[in-house]
Amino acid sequence: MAFDPFVLARIQFAANISFHILFPTITIGLAWILLYFRLRFTLTGDQAWEHAYTFWVKVFALTFALGVVSGITMSFQFGTNWPGFMEKAGNIAGPLLGYEVLTAFFLEASFLGIMLFGRQRVSNRLHLIATFLVAFGTSLSAFWILALNSWMQTPAGYTLESGQFFAASWSEVIFNPSFPYRFAHMMLACFLTAAFLIAGVSAWRVRRGVEGPATWKVLKTGVLLAAITIPLQILAGDLHGLNTLEHQPAKVAAMEAIWETEKGAPFTVLGLPDEEQRETRYALEIPYAASLILTHELEGEVQGLAAFGDEHPPVAPVFWSFRVMLAVGGLMLLVSWWGAWTYWRGREPGRRFLVVLSAMTFSGWVATLAGWYVTEIGRQPWIVSGLLRTSDVVADHATATVMGTLFGYVGLYLFLLVSYVQALRYLASKPARSLELQPGYVSRLATGVS
Amino acid sequence: MGEFLPLFFVLAMGLSLLLYVILDGFDLGIGILLPLATESQKDTMVASIGPFWDANETWIVLGVGVLLIAFPQAHGIVLTSLYIPVTVMLFGLILRGVAFDFRVKAGDHRRALWNSAFFAGSLVASLAQGWMLGAYITGLESTATSVGFAALIALTLPALYIMLGSAWLLIKTEGALFRKAVSWSRRALLPMGLALVLVSAATPLVSAEIATRWFTLPNAIGLLPIPVTCLLAYGGIAWLLSRVDVLEAGYEWLVFAALIVICLMAAIGLAYSIYPYIIIGRMTLWEAAAATSSLWFIFWGVAVTLPLIAAYTLFVYRIFAGKATALSYD
Repeated sequence: MAFDPFVLARIQFAANISFHILFPTITIGLAWILLYFRLRFTLTGDQAWEHAYTFWVKVFALTFALGVVSGITMSFQFGTNWPGFMEKAGNIAGPLLGYEVLTAFFLEASFLGIMLFGRQRVSNRLHLIATFLVAFGTSLSAFWILALNSWMQTPAGYTLESGQFFAASWSEVIFNPSFPYRFAHMMLACFLTAAFLIAGVSAWRVRRGVEGPATWKVLKTGVLLAAITIPLQILAGDLHGLNTLEHQPAKVAAMEAIWETEKGAPFTVLGLPDEEQRETRYALEIPYAASLILTHELEGEVQGLAAFGDEHPPVAPVFWSFRVMLAVGGLMLLVSWWGAWTYWRGREPGRRFLVVLSAMTFSGWVATLAGWYVTEIGRQPWIVSGLLRTSDVVADHATATVMGTLFGYVGLYLFLLVSYVQALRYLASKPARSLELQPGYVSRLATGVS
Repeated sequence: MGEFLPLFFVLAMGLSLLLYVILDGFDLGIGILLPLATESQKDTMVASIGPFWDANETWIVLGVGVLLIAFPQAHGIVLTSLYIPVTVMLFGLILRGVAFDFRVKAGDHRRALWNSAFFAGSLVASLAQGWMLGAYITGLESTATSVGFAALIALTLPALYIMLGSAWLLIKTEGALFRKAVSWSRRALLPMGLALVLVSAATPLVSAEIATRWFTLPNAIGLLPIPVTCLLAYGGIAWLLSRVDVLEAGYEWLVFAALIVICLMAAIGLAYSIYPYIIIGRMTLWEAAAATSSLWFIFWGVAVTLPLIAAYTLFVYRIFAGKATALSYD
């Protein structure tokens, strides 16, 4: 594979979108969690909920800022990297992105000011409303962008005239076949990511001995939220998979590395898909399982990659990303139910559980990225499934130009990612507010014990 | 029906970009001025824009969004021609945006680093925006005149942002920082004037058609109010800045108001020059416009949401009105 501008443009866009999605995934879930903290404080008057809010709103603001700046980059890159997409599909993509800016971006950005800094300037009720509007805005933003992405996966409600798309029915464009599944799957992913983040950081704080009553409440909130969300996510993922099988069978064939169409197809747990030889080496298989999962019948027929000629996605990255997502999902199920079981029996989480939980702090990121790689790489070679090829819409910049900016972006993003995690660590290592308020409290960090 | 839609959207785009220049202009200007302030003044300066900057920045997303929605054919050409300045601007905006939070959250040992990032990001974004403006109004050509103008405008546009930033500080601060803001704006006044002259001269110079439109009778007389209003506002600012007693008597907001007048006049002048083109000499609004059905779909959205956005933006500015106080999450 030569480094032609097309490959570089894709790498650049993938780098940007991968970096970007990390932050909205947190803020969409965390915004609702913050609203929950504020509501609990308003209803109970328990200061711990207010402390939980004060701590996590700082993380929220930082995460939000990273999401905003990387999102602005995305909005420009549609034009700088994929001008052909906008020329051909602009009639569909433009209005959907436009509604995202008009209904969501301004809403969240404007009320964020009140949510972050308006506590002393507005009434509690207005502050609650502002927090709600920020949470609502982040979710609305997901609604529009996922409508567009889903339309690119399973286009509907359009007419195609001399290579240009026109909207025939906006309700069919927005509520296209894969949209409800993708939206549910992503929203649940956001809640899971935020749940493991707050639980993981809280567990880390407990282990460092800087926790207060609020930390324990947040930890429990995160664990229970994850425990409730993960089975829903598995269900949503299964339904999404069935929807993909119906509309994008080539993607599913790549996910399962099924080369030939067969009945009673086995599920390959692990193996090395080899596209040259069109086989999966060292495959560890469960007989009939793929047919059972995909068609809910033992002898169900599953289309193989051969049925699509050359027009199927690269197999190995899709196959592996899918397995990474499943593995992390499985871990999430085990860990959150372990925690829920502990709480159920009226106990506090033990040391071993806290270690596991803090190791899972960013597990949502891994699963979300892996899931998006499945669905986006799985759409290739198309930018609009079956209708418009990615290679036909790329901008013809010089290789050196794209290479140079790519290095710039990747360098900047790595720096920001490291800075983000460090800042989170720094914020988390400070003693909890309630501890500072205790007379005679000496931070264990200050005395060098940690 | 529907013929007016491209015109409606080009107005919406122009308005968004004008609001961006004014609103994020003062944010960026304050970022550029940051190194000149003491540590506690830096906090006040950031606090004066903290609750607003994110929404301010959204106006450029809307401006580019409208270009994309309403004029997809031009969107690709404009953004691919401006690939490098856009990328440079994005780097600047990324650094500036994250520095807001990192400078107070990454720990005291990192504060100086993030203050520098705040400054560098603001400066780089301003320069790149000047470059983009210059390249755009000279027709996105790579001739010597075009590149020369782009470079000159790139170097002078930050002066407008510095003016806006210090005028904002006049409204939001008191004492030593207020006096600093007065002296900063005095020094930025001339370079800003130069930027205005360059921007005004660029379009007639690169296009004979535009020159004729400006400099023949009777048009020239009809257009006279634009430069005259500009000059009056400019003179007004110069007078106000020489009278600190007037500024301190509660008229400090007049400087910012006069700057808005100047920006508005410049925008009207540019619009008059460029119309009916969206890319000068190459593509008109109507050639670049998206399908009418798409324009109608988003027209209703804009008609409903834009007044709402204006309303809650004013609401937020009112809540945080008055002199800036320390930012607190409590």
